[in-house]
Amino acid sequence: MRLDTSGLNSLAPAHVVNDELCEGFMSLPSFQLPNSADFDTFQKKAVQMVKPAKGTTTLAFIFKEGVMVAADSRASMGGYISSQSVKKIIEINPYLIGTLAGGAADCQFWHRNLGIKCRLHELANKRRISVTGASKLLANILYSYRGMGLSVGTMIAGWDETGPGLYYVDSEGGRLKGTRFSVGSGSPYAYGVLDSGYRYDMSCEEAAELARRSIYHATFRDGASGGVASVYYVGPNGWKKLSGDDVGELHYKYYPVPKGNVEQEMVEASS
Amino acid sequence: MAPVEAATKQHANWSPYDNNGGTVVAIAGGNYCVVAADTRMSTGYSILTRDYSKICQLADKSIMASSGFQADVKALQKHLAAKHLIYQHQHNKQMSCPAMAQLLSNTLYYKRFFPYYAFNVLGGLDSEGKGCVFTYDAVGSYERVGYSAQGSGATLITPVLDNQLKTPSPLLLPAKDAITPLSETEAVDMVKDVFASAAERDIYTGDRVEIVVVNSEGIRREYVELRKD
Repeated sequence: MRLDTSGLNSLAPAHVVNDELCEGFMSLPSFQLPNSADFDTFQKKAVQMVKPAKGTTTLAFIFKEGVMVAADSRASMGGYISSQSVKKIIEINPYLIGTLAGGAADCQFWHRNLGIKCRLHELANKRRISVTGASKLLANILYSYRGMGLSVGTMIAGWDETGPGLYYVDSEGGRLKGTRFSVGSGSPYAYGVLDSGYRYDMSCEEAAELARRSIYHATFRDGASGGVASVYYVGPNGWKKLSGDDVGELHYKYYPVPKGNVEQEMVEASS
Repeated sequence: MAPVEAATKQHANWSPYDNNGGTVVAIAGGNYCVVAADTRMSTGYSILTRDYSKICQLADKSIMASSGFQADVKALQKHLAAKHLIYQHQHNKQMSCPAMAQLLSNTLYYKRFFPYYAFNVLGGLDSEGKGCVFTYDAVGSYERVGYSAQGSGATLITPVLDNQLKTPSPLLLPAKDAITPLSETEAVDMVKDVFASAAERDIYTGDRVEIVVVNSEGIRREYVELRKD
């Protein structure tokens, strides 16, 4: 099976090393495949061993001022919370961000790779890559690994010459242009809040608050989402992190416990 | 049952992986880093040896500890050591801990379709001299954290570390200070305590703990006996 390893190409080494000792390391990296007769069953078992963190809530939407992107920060392996502080919003370069949903390693590696390719594009063409181009680069790489068990559900958000851009790209090879997306196990809950509160002509603060609330409500109802709700804004000058709030604290901010009632109840019970 | 059927049935059950058990822990402090691992190596219900080191020094300020399948861990350590040597030849300096962290992540991901069965923590000092700990999954996703546990006893140890060491998440904005409040001796004592607890309830953890401490003066190693049952 010939895999497309163009995604891993780095600049060719300046001097060709003919040393046998270095051969394995200096040559262009490619993915080793197991020599098993049944590749698919092996991959199924290997994926179970890796247990990619899938529970998540991420969302992004375009509005009048730019793009708002938000995500939670919980990583779960089955029923165990492996981390509450995962960075699910990945800064590809100062004007492009990507979200992470599905396999954490897959998303981290391919987003880093996308950042490299975007930089190479800038150097080769003397201009920044468009959001359309960046998302297409990623989608083509993921399509070439289709069926091999990668798990990536990402949104590429950025600002280029044509204005704000938002694309959804996944490991099945799908790529969709859109104005509102939510990805992950908590996405149904986030969509409910996001769709009902969305207006195109919101201000930046209103949009940030909508994004934050959507993530909060998703973490409230979805066990696999939680941690810190991060909100990023992408505008004409690039991205800016607007807030990072612990969702437990957000709960008591939105629904404060009225003071005094609990103590009164306890007094009545004992008398 | 004909002998031929029995033979093919055996082949189908062969797995390239095995789990040698064990637990590894790392804690980062203001100017030190503690990396610890038990020294028991097992397979199934048998103990292969009580004296196996899971800790490897990759660079002068980077220590890696890995639990899982030790053959894969050994191969991974050799691979990283070779890459580090080439780096030293090309750049005339040692790799920093964050650089080694990304190298390890990429090395693990290049085997994405035939993974290293290794659950790693990388500890050391960053370029400012502050302690740093990086925690990994088997295929290379990584994160800088204040403390981490991996391996068979991780689910027993992590809640205790959360209770004692939990610091505000680095994702919070406005950022809250995220330095582990412990001193170096307190951190080492904490590590001894959590391993003692894990050895009580995890059959794959025990025998001895190897504790490695990195600070500005260098690297020191100490051993503490654990339950041998």
